[in-house]
This record gives sequence, structure tokens and C-alpha cells, in this order.
Amino acid sequence: MKKNGKVTNIFLSGVGGQGTILASNILTEVFLDAGYDVKKSEVHGMAQRGGDVTTHFRFGKKVYSPLIKYGDVDFLLSFELLEALRYINWVKDGGKIVINKQEIFPPAVNLGLAQYPQDVEKIFKKYFKEDVCMVNGQEIATKLGNVQAANVVLIGAFSNFFPEIKEEKWIKAIKGLLKEKLHELNIKAFKEGRKAL
Amino acid sequence: MPDGGNMKKVLQGNSAIARGAWEAGVKVACAYPGTPSTEILQEIADSYPEIYVEWSTNEKVALEVASGAAIAGARAMASMKHVGLNVASDPFMTLAYTGIKAGLVIVVCDDPNLHSSQNEQDSRNWARFGKVPMLEPCDAQECKDFTKIAFEISERFDTPVLLKGETRVSHSDSPVKLEERKEGKVPLGLDPKNVPKYVMVPINARVRRKIVEERMKKLEAYAEKFKYNKMEINSQNIGVISSGVAYLYTKEVFPEYSYLKLGMVWPLPKKIIAEFFKKVKRVIVVEELDPFLETEIKAMGYKIFHGKDVIPNMYELSPEIVEQAIKGKGYKPPKIKIKPADLPRRPPNMCAGCSHRALFYSLKKLGAYVFGDIGCYTLGAAPPLSALHSCICMGASIGGAHGAMKALGKEGLGKVCAVIGDSTFLHGGVTPLMDVAYNKGNSTTIIADNRITAMTGHQEHPGTGFTVRQKSTHMVDYAELARVLGIKNVRKIDPYNVKETMQVVKEELERDEPSVIVTTNSPCIMLRREKRKFANPFYMIVTDKCRGCKMCLEIGCPAISWKEGAGETKDGHKRKGTVMINKAVCVGCELCAQVCKFEAIVPGKV
Repeated sequence: MKKNGKVTNIFLSGVGGQGTILASNILTEVFLDAGYDVKKSEVHGMAQRGGDVTTHFRFGKKVYSPLIKYGDVDFLLSFELLEALRYINWVKDGGKIVINKQEIFPPAVNLGLAQYPQDVEKIFKKYFKEDVCMVNGQEIATKLGNVQAANVVLIGAFSNFFPEIKEEKWIKAIKGLLKEKLHELNIKAFKEGRKAL
Repeated sequence: MPDGGNMKKVLQGNSAIARGAWEAGVKVACAYPGTPSTEILQEIADSYPEIYVEWSTNEKVALEVASGAAIAGARAMASMKHVGLNVASDPFMTLAYTGIKAGLVIVVCDDPNLHSSQNEQDSRNWARFGKVPMLEPCDAQECKDFTKIAFEISERFDTPVLLKGETRVSHSDSPVKLEERKEGKVPLGLDPKNVPKYVMVPINARVRRKIVEERMKKLEAYAEKFKYNKMEINSQNIGVISSGVAYLYTKEVFPEYSYLKLGMVWPLPKKIIAEFFKKVKRVIVVEELDPFLETEIKAMGYKIFHGKDVIPNMYELSPEIVEQAIKGKGYKPPKIKIKPADLPRRPPNMCAGCSHRALFYSLKKLGAYVFGDIGCYTLGAAPPLSALHSCICMGASIGGAHGAMKALGKEGLGKVCAVIGDSTFLHGGVTPLMDVAYNKGNSTTIIADNRITAMTGHQEHPGTGFTVRQKSTHMVDYAELARVLGIKNVRKIDPYNVKETMQVVKEELERDEPSVIVTTNSPCIMLRREKRKFANPFYMIVTDKCRGCKMCLEIGCPAISWKEGAGETKDGHKRKGTVMINKAVCVGCELCAQVCKFEAIVPGKV
């Protein structure tokens, strides 16, 4: 167990229905198991689907605030392009970014009243250079037989940033959180995601 | 297991409150769903079979049921969101007089920043107003611990106890040490001889009134010894008095300061506060919403260095808001790379195929002024539908429409209606509907029945036919209920049939008598149990026929999007673009096909 005083801040963003909650639950289990104090905070808002979803996840020796301080994000893990861009200011200099290459149009874009932002990747690379990783979660998950597993593909890709945590720890967390019939698909999704970076 | 073999699990604050109730030997738990409190009761229902649990019709009923259980000797808990305690305030204020027998804890969860509420309230005021002690946990471990302590305080001082949750405590997860359940020590049973304690007629209540004040004095003495009113002395220069999540934010950004963290926010430990003022030169009070602690501390005669002069008194706090408030000009915000205001927002929207969308489309076409209510259908106010014109509190739509009709007289006929969901109607709509009939009103009430309490995530209610634990039970018949209350005109509509819906609603709006319209065959589209079947699995655009008139965009369906691009239809009509239907999102409700004037939307082929 690494027990320095520093707290690591991971910010997850996406759209309701994309499975960000499962993703953050996996992080919670993995880092708790690794001996850290953890805190996770999310807003359950109005309406079941379609709104933006954010989760603040923090781990370290001792975590106080459940919310990350604005501008203090070490890792941005985003499940949708626009929802990545919305939180770019939250990431500190030198922060690492993993983005799922999916566009989900918000109502104003559907109605033709606003433009979906172009060049999200380019904007991120301008500020964060090679620390920006784009993942095609939908494509990988679809190849495995279920597009719903894109969230676990993303977690797989993201897991590369923590070499001190062994693969089986991640798989243990996935198994603990999902029904048995979903284990095979999601373990494959995790492994494919891990290879994608 | 980590941490020396103690059973440790990451729990959401609300789940930790549920766990605390179980460990405390609670026997009866009641609630009405409301964000951010809903998961407390849901978790008890799902995980702790030893506890009798119910979704009560509303918060007032929940508290009354819990209080009855407590008077019968069982530890009991009622949980609700901040506005729920407004509804339950009547029993709450008098239960402070009667006291309890076995422990009674009322969990009230605030929603600073109005993430999912119609207003922002600081529930600490209820503690002072009702003369009842209040505990405020800051994380999941404290949620569990404080719930158990709340029951001890309740029995020791013969009082209901308030436990304050809030969005960032209720919906944050952190590790919790689990312990075993211990049954309460109070014996079950009623005491018919104890009439002066429980019959609050003036002669008895006057006696209890004095007992309330005496109890408050005892609680003040207890607060001085309460181990969660805790001082952490670091700096001798600056000390912070705080509680709950506000303490965590402040500790995060100013770890070098001294702290007095209050676990009990009412009554306050005056001696500990006095001691803290002796130990540090300057005191800053950091609290969310009202200057509750600040007002009390100032009334004790102390001068504070900072309080609400810099800390915002509205919306929620956060580490950067606290840092900026205290540092002032010394705060350096992060560099702005993109202005978030320039990006398209992603507001909540009705789901594809939602029956409310169809209903509000018809109401918009009729030009009705809609007194709305609390639920997913409140989204009918959002563009492009823009078809709901008021939303105040649970049940307010019916009285509102009645009052407007009384004010407008015959002029109002054909123009006004109330729209209320099934769960909200049963919560707070039955009494106003009785009022409409009794007082010879002529307003129209539409009950949008989607067979579930949808917005909070699908909770059962007396109209669904199921209890919280999925046992089959009596199911309210809305039409029958309306007739018994005195409403002669009760109609049913299938909101997915626009023409018929408009016809029926128009007739009832124009009728100079009260009416009730109940939607049928309109379950929440996300509700698997009553999965609504449509004739076709999805619809598609015939691009050759689409004139780009954007009529179908007016329903605001997330499955339909606009695609810019000049061109023309097959029969030569110029157009600026066409629409597309996302097959993966469309459920085949057919509303858009009914709206299209050019037969350009047709059933899709699988």
C-alpha cells in the first residue's frame, strides 16, 4: 500500500444511461482493496436518462472532501466527447485524459439550434499533448457482442495509468459488482480496453 | 479485509443511514420518495428484512406511522427530503411535546443548489423551531454512527431526533465499519394510562410545553459532552466552526486551521464554543445556506472574523467556493480553456416514447394554461413543448386551477387545467380535488397515470397494486375515487392518441362543471413491469417526402434530430434540411408520425 499524503482526483463525466456509475463503482472497489481511503460523489438528478452525469472519485491516505476542487483533477475519464469538453477547465496542468469517442447530441443540437462541438480531440491535445487518450469504446464493445460494455472498455484503458494495481484486482472488482452471466463479456471488455492504450 | 480485519464496506451515505437503523434495532421505517433521501428506505426494503418498511402516502403519514410505532415501543424512523418535512411539520411540531417511548428518528435530506427540488431550505431551522435536537453527519461512517446515536438520544431524552442529510452526504460513498444489529431495550406495548403525555389538549399540552423547555436544557448539557462536537487545535491564529460537508470542504483547502466540528447542530454546546474562542484568535464560521450557527454564536456575544459576509448563503458550497470566499483576492482560479457557457447544455428531458410528451403536445395545441405539479411531467415546461405554466409543491396544481377558475369565472372555461401525476395525486391531490367538488368548482384535473413514482427512480405507491417489497396489495381506482369525492365527469384518455386526447380535453375544459381525466395505457416507458407495447418497434423518415418543416421537432423527442442540408422532396418542394430518427432510441410511440403533415414518418422495418 502506498500511503503518502497526496490524494488522487478522478473526474468521470458522461450521459445518463452510459454506465458511468458502474465504472466509478469499479474504481471504488479497486482502490479500497488497495488499502486507500476513498470517497465518491455523484448527483442523481431529475429524469432517468439523457442528462449529464458526473462523478467525483478521490483516493489517498485520508480523503476529506467528497468533491474535487475545481482545477484539481488528475484524471478525466469521459464517456462522451461533449461531456469531456465541458469539464476541460477542471483538469490541472499535466493531468491525464481518457475520452470515449462517442457523440450523443443534446436537445439543442437535435433541434438544430446549436452546433455539436468539433475537434474535441484537437482542443484537448493543444493543452494536454500526449496525455490525451482517445478510445473507441462503442466499436470495441460492439465487436465483443454488446455495446453496453463500452464503459468497462474505458475502465480497461484507464487501468493502464495504475501499473501498481494488478489486472486480477480489477477483474475481482468487476466480478464483485456484476451478475455472473455478465462476467465473461465484461472481463473481455476490460482486457480489450487495457490493450487499446 | 483491509484495516485490521474489521468488516469495512463502501456505502453511500443513505445506505449507511439504513445500515445504522438496522444496527440500532429499528423495527418500523416509513418514507415518501424524494431526492436525495429515497435510497434510505429502498435500501432498508432491499437489505434488512427484520424491519417493517413502507412507502407511505406522504411524509406526514410516514411520520405519523413511525410515531405510532415508537409509542408502541418499537424503534422507528421516517425519512424524507427537505420539503417533505414541510408536509410532515404538523405531527413533527407536536411530537416534540408528547415525546416518544421507543426511539423515533426523523431523517431530513436537504438539497442545496436545488439539484432536484423546487426550493432550497436549511432544515436546521426546524430543529430550533420545533425544539428538537439535530445531528449532522459529514460522511458515510458518521451517517451510520449518528443514526445509532440519534436513537440513544431519542430514548434518553424522550424526544424525536432529527438527522440531517444533504445531497453531498446522502449521495457520497465512503468506507464504513459494519457492526451487528442490537434490538432496542424498550419493551413493546401500549400504555393506556399515559393519557396526559399523548393527548395534546390544552390542559395537557401546557404541561408538556414546560417539559420541552426543561428537556432542551438537559440536551444543552448533553451537547457539551457529546464526543462528536470535536475540537482540532492546529493554528492558534485562525479557527473554523463548521459542521457536515462544509467542514470537509474547509478542512480540504485549509488543513492548517484549527476546527470546531459540530456533530450536533442543535442545541449548541455553548461552553465548547466559548473554549474555542479562547484557543484561537480569529473565528470563521463556515456553513451551507443560512447563517444558523453564526446567528447563534453572535447572540452569545462573540465577534466572528468571517461568516456570511464572505461565505455564500445560497446554493451549495464546494472546496473552491470556500477557498475563494476566505482568500478573497488571493484566490487564483484555474485558467479557462473553454467557456462552458458556450457549449450546448444537456438538460434533463422526457424519455423517448414518454406518455407525458404526448399529453403535453395536445395541451399545447389546445393552448391550455396548465397548473403543473411535481414529477417528470414538470419537464413539460421546458422548450420546445413549453406547455406547463406553474409548479409549486406536491398537489398544488388542483387547488391552483380551481382558484384560477373562481377568479376568472366563465372567462376561464376552455383555458385552464391541472396536470398531476399518479403518485403526486395520491400524496397531496385528493383533498384539493374534494375541495373542487365541494365548493362547486368547474376546473379540470388531468391525472397523468404512469403507474409508478417515476422521477425518483420507480417507487411503488397506493395506485400501483404493489408494496415496497413487491407484495400484491389493494390498488386505488382513480375514476372511482374521483366519483366518490363528488366529481361527476370522469373521462379516460390514451395520450398517445392525439386526436382523441385533444377532443376529450377540449370538451372537459369547456364544461362548466368539475371533471377528472385519467390517462390510461400510459405507463412510464422505463417501467419494465408494465412495458407499453406499440404497434411498431420504431419509426423512420421517408427522406423523399420530408419537407424539413420541423413540426416533429416541436415534440422534443430525443430520438429525432435535425440535419442541415438544402435540397428538395421527390415532388419538388424546396427544403433547408431533413430530420432523422435514431432507431436505437425510438420506441415506436408514433407521436411524431401523428404530428407530421406530409406522411414522411412511417413504421420502420426490422
